[in-house]
Amino acid sequence: MGKERENAGLTRRHALECMAWAGTGVLWTVSGGIPKSLSLLDAAEAAEVSQGGMTFLQISDSHVGFDKEKEVTAVDTLTEAIGKVKTLPVKPAFMIHTGDITHLSKDGEFDDAARIIGSTGLDVGYVPGEHDLIDPGQGKAYLARYGKGTLGAGWHSFDHGGVHFIGLVNVVDLKAGGLGNLGAEQLAWLKNDLEGRSASTPIVVFAHIPLWAVYPKWGWGTDDAAQALALLKRFGSVTVLNGHIHQIVQKVEGNMTFHTARSTAFPQPRPGTAEKPGPMIVPADQLRSMLGLTSVDFTVGKERLAITDTSLARDV
Amino acid sequence: MRATHPITALTTLGAALLLLFPLMTPASSKEMHVSISNFTFEPRTTTIASGETVRFVNSDDMVHTIVAADGSFRSDALDTGDSFAKTFLKPGTYAYFCGLHPFMKGTIVVK
Repeated sequence: MGKERENAGLTRRHALECMAWAGTGVLWTVSGGIPKSLSLLDAAEAAEVSQGGMTFLQISDSHVGFDKEKEVTAVDTLTEAIGKVKTLPVKPAFMIHTGDITHLSKDGEFDDAARIIGSTGLDVGYVPGEHDLIDPGQGKAYLARYGKGTLGAGWHSFDHGGVHFIGLVNVVDLKAGGLGNLGAEQLAWLKNDLEGRSASTPIVVFAHIPLWAVYPKWGWGTDDAAQALALLKRFGSVTVLNGHIHQIVQKVEGNMTFHTARSTAFPQPRPGTAEKPGPMIVPADQLRSMLGLTSVDFTVGKERLAITDTSLARDV
Repeated sequence: MRATHPITALTTLGAALLLLFPLMTPASSKEMHVSISNFTFEPRTTTIASGETVRFVNSDDMVHTIVAADGSFRSDALDTGDSFAKTFLKPGTYAYFCGLHPFMKGTIVVK
């Protein structure tokens, strides 16, 4: 057993429960203005932290329409993930989806995603991934469904529980050899959105592609993110939630916490461990444990940011 | 009943051939293939004569698109097994990339 198993609350049965779940989400709770992530499966922990706090859920990269894994489709694993959401001991206030809802931006894929995710009855704040904008209208299908109340390619902000949430779009107008892109228009909007806001307001920024350079060689970063982060620097608590890379990676820099969520559909290799970032196609009986292989050390404050299924899968 | 006149039959045959002709590939036209495999365009640089066609064939298990760096052409989403053909009429160098994975780059040189 690794040192990450020091948490006495975890059992082998718990580990097997994690093994049985391909799709993952990240449950975030805001307590004292500091967002903390919890394992979806750690009911006791969630119940404890949620007392007096506000919880919301992040899911990402559902890739509805992807069917290259053996025996299970992205619809199957999204359905499993949403099934877990429904059994949470503490009902989240709402969800965010950090993009790549669909694989090919097809109407049927959007419809399936809406039906499955909608079955939770929760409000969902969306931002698109690049896979959501490859309809012939280059994003018209996404905006027709999720564009209401947004600007440009779908960026928007809202407040909940004293936290200011900002959904950014960094998957439009990508350039040859470039990374994610926010663009001047969106940056100007962000500046305006933040202006006059108290520095003590906790900020949660969510976008598809990571807003920091995780692995530029594979496009895992955003070219003009530095300009957005400069605007956010004066705030006391900034949490940046991304998807795109289908694995958990976290970085803490000053008052900013950066975190990427797993996919509910398929894993991708860790940076540099494969020649290319393509989907990892693994035998069906291994898929769920393969998804569990990504791990990260969580070191914000005193709280361990517990996404425990990563190391548990490795232990088995 | 009316017997088919030999001349009428020949005329009909000729018309049929004329209809078919545009569907046939002219002998002078060549189609070069660029394969998309493991997030890579192969060959990276394709040289053709003006009027020739390049067909991009996706054999990856991931969707890709073909986008001209100058925005002059763009394919639909290419899932596994899909392809996109583009005929280049003007000589020049055309840089392109994958709109989903912009680190994937290639070049078409038209002589």
